[in-house]
Amino acid sequence: MLSAILLGFIFSIFLVFAGKFFKGKLAVLSSLVPLALFLYFLSFLPRVSGGEVIRQNIEWVPSLGLNLNFALDGLSLLFSLLITGIGFLVFAYTAAYLKGHDYLDRFYGYLGMFMGAMLGLVLSDNLLSMFIFWELTSISSFFLIGFNNTSEASRKSAVLALAITGSGGFLLLAGALLLGGVAGTYSITEMVGLSDSIVQSEYYLWIVILIFGAAFTKSAQFPFHFWLPGAMKAPTPVSTYLHSATMVKAGIYLLLRFTPVLGGEEIWNTTLIIVGGITMFYAAVHTLFRTDLKGVLAYSTISVLGILVFLIGLGTQYALTAAAVYIIVHALYKATLFLVTGIIDHEAGTRDVTRLAGLRKVMLPVAIAGFLAALSSAGMPPFVGFVGKDLVYESTLQMGSWSIVLTIIAIATNILVLYAGFVAGIKPFTGKLPEGLSKVHLPSFLMWLPPVILAVLGLVVGIFPALIDGPLVKPVVDAVGMAGSEVHLKLWHGFNLVLGLSALTLAVGFVLYLTVKPSRSKERGIARLDFIAPLTLITDFGNLFKSFSNWWTRIFQNGFLRNYVSTIILFLVVLVGYSLFTKHDGIPIDFSSFSRMTYYEMIIMGIMFLAVLFVVGARSRLTAVVAMGVVGYAICLMFVIYSAPDLAMTQFSIDTLTVILFVLVLSSLPKYLSISDYRMKAIDGILSISFGVLITLIALEVLSQPVNKEVSNFYADNAYVLAKGKNVVNVILVDFRGVDTLMEISVLTIAAIGVFSLLKLRLRRDDRELKD
Amino acid sequence: MKTIILRTASNYMLPLLLVFSVFILLRGHYLPGGGFVGGLIASIAFVLHAFANGLEDTRKLIRFHPGFLMPAGLTVSFLSGISPIIFANKPLMTGLWYPHHLPIVGNLGSALFFDIGVFLVVVGVTLTIIFTISESA
Amino acid sequence: MEILLAVMIGTLYAAGIYMILRRSLVKLIIGIILLGNGANLLIFLLGRIAKGAPPIIPEDSKVFLEAYSDPLPQALILTAIVISFGLQSFAIVLVKRAHKVVKTDDLDEMNATDEYS
Repeated sequence: MLSAILLGFIFSIFLVFAGKFFKGKLAVLSSLVPLALFLYFLSFLPRVSGGEVIRQNIEWVPSLGLNLNFALDGLSLLFSLLITGIGFLVFAYTAAYLKGHDYLDRFYGYLGMFMGAMLGLVLSDNLLSMFIFWELTSISSFFLIGFNNTSEASRKSAVLALAITGSGGFLLLAGALLLGGVAGTYSITEMVGLSDSIVQSEYYLWIVILIFGAAFTKSAQFPFHFWLPGAMKAPTPVSTYLHSATMVKAGIYLLLRFTPVLGGEEIWNTTLIIVGGITMFYAAVHTLFRTDLKGVLAYSTISVLGILVFLIGLGTQYALTAAAVYIIVHALYKATLFLVTGIIDHEAGTRDVTRLAGLRKVMLPVAIAGFLAALSSAGMPPFVGFVGKDLVYESTLQMGSWSIVLTIIAIATNILVLYAGFVAGIKPFTGKLPEGLSKVHLPSFLMWLPPVILAVLGLVVGIFPALIDGPLVKPVVDAVGMAGSEVHLKLWHGFNLVLGLSALTLAVGFVLYLTVKPSRSKERGIARLDFIAPLTLITDFGNLFKSFSNWWTRIFQNGFLRNYVSTIILFLVVLVGYSLFTKHDGIPIDFSSFSRMTYYEMIIMGIMFLAVLFVVGARSRLTAVVAMGVVGYAICLMFVIYSAPDLAMTQFSIDTLTVILFVLVLSSLPKYLSISDYRMKAIDGILSISFGVLITLIALEVLSQPVNKEVSNFYADNAYVLAKGKNVVNVILVDFRGVDTLMEISVLTIAAIGVFSLLKLRLRRDDRELKD
Repeated sequence: MKTIILRTASNYMLPLLLVFSVFILLRGHYLPGGGFVGGLIASIAFVLHAFANGLEDTRKLIRFHPGFLMPAGLTVSFLSGISPIIFANKPLMTGLWYPHHLPIVGNLGSALFFDIGVFLVVVGVTLTIIFTISESA
Repeated sequence: MEILLAVMIGTLYAAGIYMILRRSLVKLIIGIILLGNGANLLIFLLGRIAKGAPPIIPEDSKVFLEAYSDPLPQALILTAIVISFGLQSFAIVLVKRAHKVVKTDDLDEMNATDEYS
């Protein structure tokens, strides 16, 4: 399973090197990758529908609970088949759609990366790896939306989508960590068993809010829906694949996956019903005001996502079955409609529905696909859409006291979805062919065959619902916690209330389609309400945040080195000083443990102190350097007195070399300036002296604590026994901690190379500039 | 600073200091000393020579750019570090020892070669820095 | 004696920070050097100091017979001294270059280096 996930990534890395061979006629071969994966996952179908869950566990960072656990159950399998199956058609379609595009290889690379990430997302059984794949899908979506990177609108939409889905990813991470902390495990399978204790936990509300935040941003629920219409700036295959069939359903997947863990509670169900209900109705109404085919489809996609969230919120077995069926239904017809739109855009050069008509005369197969998909989206029998819509009504009708309200919302939404489907799938093909479009012709079969396949599949599944109910839908319902459910999808239920509602939907929707025509003026009309649209509000908030962070950065990152240093020192002094003085009643200093002072030590100390004062107060560079040399030699003497001969020798040599170095460069160094005024000097002086006092206090504090010499004693005891050396310092350097020393001499080498290149290499360039 | 006395003295000092630095390096495992100190003393010897005779003379004396000592030293240290893996199938940096006792050096082992590498790197680094800076000063 | 050393270390730190806070480039380097010296002495002091007991095993023995001063901080400081030399020389050269390119020795005028390349 891991290799299946990695295949997508490997494919995209492979394209980095071999991309140029895949730009031409060979491009269609890329579609073999998703096809192979589709067949691979299809081979699991009998086992999974038999109730088996296929697992693969790879230990990655066991100490963090971060393992690569993959599980293939009904829910994962359904999504895997959608990802690879629609992926196959989209890959093939792209070969013709973007034929001859300069960056076709790049496009396939992004698609491959996305496919891998999406498969990883739905197959992960570990919450943390799921999060990583979740973010990867957001990132690949960002690249794909911004694929036309020369268009400013494209780039803006890409950033917007990344901002929204990325912040959702952040919420997912927070939710995952919280959930992992409460459950004590990151394995989703284990969490299902711990459901009761998680629901009882005090953090339950937070977990639900965070998971909802992640799901709602990814699946474009109100009020985060606005990034999805913008994402339609991407090439149509991307809209088909990511922003309709798969990626936006990741949020739905997340909710379904966590229904057995977090579901069943009032807050879970009510929130989902309300958010889903608002989203589906709000977006459906929006479709009335759009003239861009992709805009119509985007809003109807949001509406369907709302329906799915709504169904998950209902939470009954019927509703979850309806959700599973609806995922399939929607993937089949919406992908078809997008692909059809892509063909129209590609051949006719416009997506404006008011200018399109009569295209059936020039591209009949496409018209058939669009027609079939529109009918399926309308829920016309015998299409699979009918089965899905029936299930929705049946589940809303079961909801007791609220059933009437919920059913009315569902009917209204379905009427509008029907309208959207008709506008996108039928309107461009009916009527009289305008003059300008008479030269439009049927594109290559690579483009028209995929939508036809999908549309026909929708019809076939509708006529024989048994094809999906046992093998596909039932395992999904089992996986979301309704084990042992009986799922039998039927096309014909007999004459009952549901059939009546279906008929009502169809009738009203058809009338609506005939009476309401998409028009520019209506689109302009609704644009006037933009100032209260969530998009505007969130953009305003973003701008506010941006100016706030600019202001903040200007204050703290002001470019003055001194301010950075003094801020750090000030906080250090205040915080450490505070805790030092509050936690103890003064510092207990054990004078008896200290060694006696001798007069020569005091003389050395006195010299050193004076030298430091000279360094600080010196008016010329030379005085300062000489005084610094004195400080160094005094330290060297301290090392001699306190039994560190190696240190004394090293300090002596280094001090000599430092002085030599300074003398060499002194003439070319900047002048010794004394710019600061007295006020500045006083402030800095107080700050540095308090810092020095703090260091002294800390040193004394540490000295009063008992010391642990375990490590030192080990080295001392074993210096000769293990390493045959008697100078323990040297033995530590060259033997016990030899690898450290190796690193240190490497650092020295780097410093020397740095010095060399700073002086020599730049000078040569200066020379060149002089010659020019 | 190119006085005759200093020049003459430095001509004698250079070999003496170099011998001393090697002595410090070799005895480092038993008495104060080692690669770091030894390398620094050797560099001081060359710097002193450069002070007395001018940088050009010292450069001619060394013949190659001291920078090449850095990779050479790193290689020696690295090889002595991985030699246990190659020769004795032991973990990295395990000391390997020649069984017999030698004068001054004491026991001959991979640790000594490591220290020689340190010595070379320190000489290379110090001389590269000082020569480069004094050339462009 | 430890008290005097602790005060000395505090003095070195204070002087180092004070020099770093000046606007002159050369003072910045001197501050860094002073700070490095202070840090070395601090590590040395915290490893506890002892007179006349270098961490060298007597010639005719295989282990220490008497008290010895802690070899571990000494090993740490030894490399720190050498590394600080590398750091100092790099800092000096960097200051030289910066001085040459920006043509100022006032640190405060280097707060917008984006204009220079």
